[in-house]
Amino acid sequence: MATTTTTVPSAGPIAGSRSFLSRLRDGDEIARLVTFIFAGTVVIITVLLVYEFWRESYLPRHKFGFAFFVTSVWDPIFDKFGALPFIYGTVVTAGIALLLAVPLGIGAAIFLAELAPARVSDTLQFFIDLLAAVPSVIYGLLGVFIVIPVMRQYIQPALKSSLGFLPFFQGPAYGVGFLTAGIVLAIMVIPYIISVSREVLISVPRDQREAALALGSTRWESTWKVVLPFARTGIMGSIFLALARALGETMAVTMVIGNTPTISASLFSPGYSIAAVIANEFTEATGDLYLQSLIELGLVLFLLTFLLNGMARLLIVVTSQRGSEMGQA
Amino acid sequence: MSSRLRWRKLVSHFMLTMTGLCALVAVSVLFFILGYLVYHGGTSISWNFFTKLPAPVGETGGGMANAIVGSAKLLLLACLLGVPIGFFGAIYLAEFSGGTVAFVVRYAADLLNGVPSIVIGIFAYSLVVLPFKHFSTAAGGFALGLMMIPITLRSTEEFLRAVPRALREGAMALGASQWKTIATVVVPAAYRGILTAILLAFARVAGETAPLLFTALGNRFWSPGWAQPTASLPVMIFTYAIAPYDDWHRQAWAAGLVLLALILIVNIIARMILSRGTTVPRT
Repeated sequence: MATTTTTVPSAGPIAGSRSFLSRLRDGDEIARLVTFIFAGTVVIITVLLVYEFWRESYLPRHKFGFAFFVTSVWDPIFDKFGALPFIYGTVVTAGIALLLAVPLGIGAAIFLAELAPARVSDTLQFFIDLLAAVPSVIYGLLGVFIVIPVMRQYIQPALKSSLGFLPFFQGPAYGVGFLTAGIVLAIMVIPYIISVSREVLISVPRDQREAALALGSTRWESTWKVVLPFARTGIMGSIFLALARALGETMAVTMVIGNTPTISASLFSPGYSIAAVIANEFTEATGDLYLQSLIELGLVLFLLTFLLNGMARLLIVVTSQRGSEMGQA
Repeated sequence: MSSRLRWRKLVSHFMLTMTGLCALVAVSVLFFILGYLVYHGGTSISWNFFTKLPAPVGETGGGMANAIVGSAKLLLLACLLGVPIGFFGAIYLAEFSGGTVAFVVRYAADLLNGVPSIVIGIFAYSLVVLPFKHFSTAAGGFALGLMMIPITLRSTEEFLRAVPRALREGAMALGASQWKTIATVVVPAAYRGILTAILLAFARVAGETAPLLFTALGNRFWSPGWAQPTASLPVMIFTYAIAPYDDWHRQAWAAGLVLLALILIVNIIARMILSRGTTVPRT
């Protein structure tokens, strides 16, 4: 996870005290300008992205206003667009994914950071990194041909007979639906939770553990009552990161969620998510209002992931800084 | 031993074993995916897969030659866009810039990195497809290139920053100008890391499907030039997997195996390059 590592502060620009003219003659100012243009491109692209989404979603923002988010009719023929089923599907599937992935991911991270010898930990982390590199369409492929049949034949009937009194586990077992999408998403975000949580756990100063052990706590007690609370904010960061991934995930969800705009308490019911509806309907959208409604959905997705990523980064940085400060003290 | 202590030790052992199980489950998912793809894809892959065009709908046989070439073209364009901006941008961040500008650039890159790939697809659609009124290889390559920029930029910057300051000062003390120091000392010292960063970014976008759906679209035939819609492996996997034909499912598995093999091999090479000796002498 190269993107979340903190920067090494030691090296930095050496501007030197030479005059502007001599720097110009040496070509330094030209090099600076050229690289500046490339760096500036990144900013321009990002600003342009935000601007384009804002501009291209003018019609639905103007016509529906806030009702866009709270109405559930999606009818391109009569130009009625309400995003509620998609928002519901996105939130529910991401929620299921986190419910499953967080305990498993943090458990695995604890094993890698606290228990496993360095070599074992590094080897396992290597496999986890490879797992994170598997593209989402492959997860979708396995979802279609393995997870859906297994859900339909075994897991959904089993859940129904054991927990069927709950509203979540009722209705016919299609195989596709919120639960299946949530499970596939969980498998996809586990590597992110593991990688980041492991980093954060490793950055917890050693004396914290030693102090706990010296006071007579067992290994688990030192982990649970000392190390985890110390790393709490960073682990929250990894969860936000995973949530952002889960919300924006497109292909795997599109392939297993059933693509039916429904709001249902039953997790067996087929649903739809924001990313999936964009993927399915964007090329077929006729009329500006239809297309722009889809773009507004994209804008919603963008803003959600923007907020979550920002919070995640802040939390991770705060924890690792606290760790290094304590380590130096 | 008091029973209280025995209980605490029991809990400790139990919970630690559980964490080990979690790690085992997480890692075994990788081997399950690999095994399943090799099993299903391996039996469906054939020479035709690499050399033939897709068969007409309803007929069996055919291959994905056009999608393989299409993916290669898309990735070439992506690299042409993503690598220079990422690389030179990183040099600016690590070597030339101080406070505010660097902060803004980094912030923008992180923002771009977090954007869901489908959103990048819409952006490329409105920026490239709409003005030219045509789905095209160029638009798909543009979308993938956008995704490469922040990954390359941020990790290249990390590796440049890891080069010890003493090396730069040494070069400048010998009278080299700053850009010469960068070109002949700093970048060569960090080249393994930079190569790794680029390869990882490449592997990341090689499997992206969502940004291609409404930029490169898809094509059942060869796509000449850069202005035509083109097939690509990830999109083919998607279309074939959700289609109702058994023969298409078979080919989706084969395509999945090829794509995953490519991505994992590039990943492993990238990590090997990085781990073979430290990039810079420790001072």
